[in-house]
Amino acid sequence: MTTKSIASNVYDWVDERLGLSELAAFARHKTVPSHAQSFWYYWGGISLFLFLVQCFTGVLLLVYYRPGAEAYESVRQITFVMNFGWLIRSAHSWSANLMMFAILVHMFSVYFMKAYRKPREFGWLSGMALLGLASVFGFSGYLLPMDELSYFATKVGLQIPVAIPWIGPAIATMLRGGPEVTEFTVQRFFALHVVVLPALFIPLLGFHLWLVQKHGNALPPSEEAKPASQRKSIPFMPSFLRKDLAMWIITLNVLALLASVFPWALGKQYDSLVPAPPGIHPEWYFMSPFEMLKILGSFLPGESGEIAGILLFTLGIVLWILIPFYDKNKESGQRARVAHYFGLLAIFALLATTVVGYWAIR
Amino acid sequence: MSDLRGSTVIVEETPAENGDRNTRRAFLAAAGAAGICYAAALGYPVYRYLASPNEMAMNETAVTEVTLKDAEKLPLGSVLMFKFGTRPALLIHHEDGRWTSMTAVCTHLGCTVQYEPQADRIHCSCHGGVYNAYTGANVSGPPPKPLTLYKVKMNPDGIVVSRA
Repeated sequence: MTTKSIASNVYDWVDERLGLSELAAFARHKTVPSHAQSFWYYWGGISLFLFLVQCFTGVLLLVYYRPGAEAYESVRQITFVMNFGWLIRSAHSWSANLMMFAILVHMFSVYFMKAYRKPREFGWLSGMALLGLASVFGFSGYLLPMDELSYFATKVGLQIPVAIPWIGPAIATMLRGGPEVTEFTVQRFFALHVVVLPALFIPLLGFHLWLVQKHGNALPPSEEAKPASQRKSIPFMPSFLRKDLAMWIITLNVLALLASVFPWALGKQYDSLVPAPPGIHPEWYFMSPFEMLKILGSFLPGESGEIAGILLFTLGIVLWILIPFYDKNKESGQRARVAHYFGLLAIFALLATTVVGYWAIR
Repeated sequence: MSDLRGSTVIVEETPAENGDRNTRRAFLAAAGAAGICYAAALGYPVYRYLASPNEMAMNETAVTEVTLKDAEKLPLGSVLMFKFGTRPALLIHHEDGRWTSMTAVCTHLGCTVQYEPQADRIHCSCHGGVYNAYTGANVSGPPPKPLTLYKVKMNPDGIVVSRA
């Protein structure tokens, strides 16, 4: 038997049992629309790639990280003692930030292409849930080094649920594992970060990706308006996949550059008796909500302001999540325009409050 | 060409012509080389990161001498377990007043052996290996080789154990 016939026999044996040729045929027939806004199709893939980087670097950090009372010491060891530990940790932090950025770009491109419309409502909803989980990933991961910044960020962050009427303080105490941020907090955040969140995120991500396969890429309204004969598309295999991989390599290069040229810093070990360092501020992706609450607080001082802020914020998020049920018509009518302006308003509010936030701590 | 999206136009890649075969081969070779470079650039730091504890242990195994403070106070017929580099070792003060020191790692399958003062012998509980407590010689049971002996020297600040 030649090598070729052995290979084809092995393929046939596996194919008969797993149906590989059906998958291959599916991949061969899959096409992706090609138009002026095609660039935005890559951002979901970039987010996925960065999530894979998070899994990989996360497992590597897990090899030496010790939660609880030794948390800071183990991160110090990873950063300064283990070979290339600084690089692994820096890549994990940078990739987390790039992933948040890629997810936000992906979300807004989906929003403005109106890719949430029928039959893609579940794609939008699962995407929003993934964004929510990604934020909790970011928040819980931020505490794990237990340096000054992460200590105060968590202290402040856990004050937000306190403003929820009646049950707020109990929720915050439960999340903290006591009245103060201690090694009990880092231990439970660790469990959340490496077990609970991945267990929720990964199946949801699988669902999200399956939906993309099922419904294909959505056309933006400008393309839908064209007659079918004027629309273009490219085969997924190999044309789109090749471009997708090229984007992944670009992302990897950007990440490698950032992680090695700007290594992520490790602050001093937290000490509950040391006052907060000057200029302390939330991560950029939490800056906007933080600033919005601050601005509302200046209009409505005291507890009523906090409650009003959280209510307003929740209302905005609920409206945003429910957009597929509000703006559902194919035609670009009045509602579609309202949705479009709502999206622009959301971007403006996010950018403006972020800029104001950074201006204030400058 | 069959079409999946009604009458949507599918833009096909231009198929490779005969003359393109060399270009294609060169491209694949370059892509393969780039892939190997990426794998190496990612693999090397990851390998060194995971190997860190082993590298640290290597520095410790380079130890040639250990000073055991106050070990001279060890009573007759007793043993002191200590670490020689990374591995456990025995310092025995025999009933007759003699001192011996040797590695405590059984030469059979690496269990830690123990000194039995009543029989004045060294015994391994894992598979019943027995060694001579003065010379480290394998006396009975499965051990294929004797335990490595160390030199023992009395110093004013303690007992110095070193490689023979």
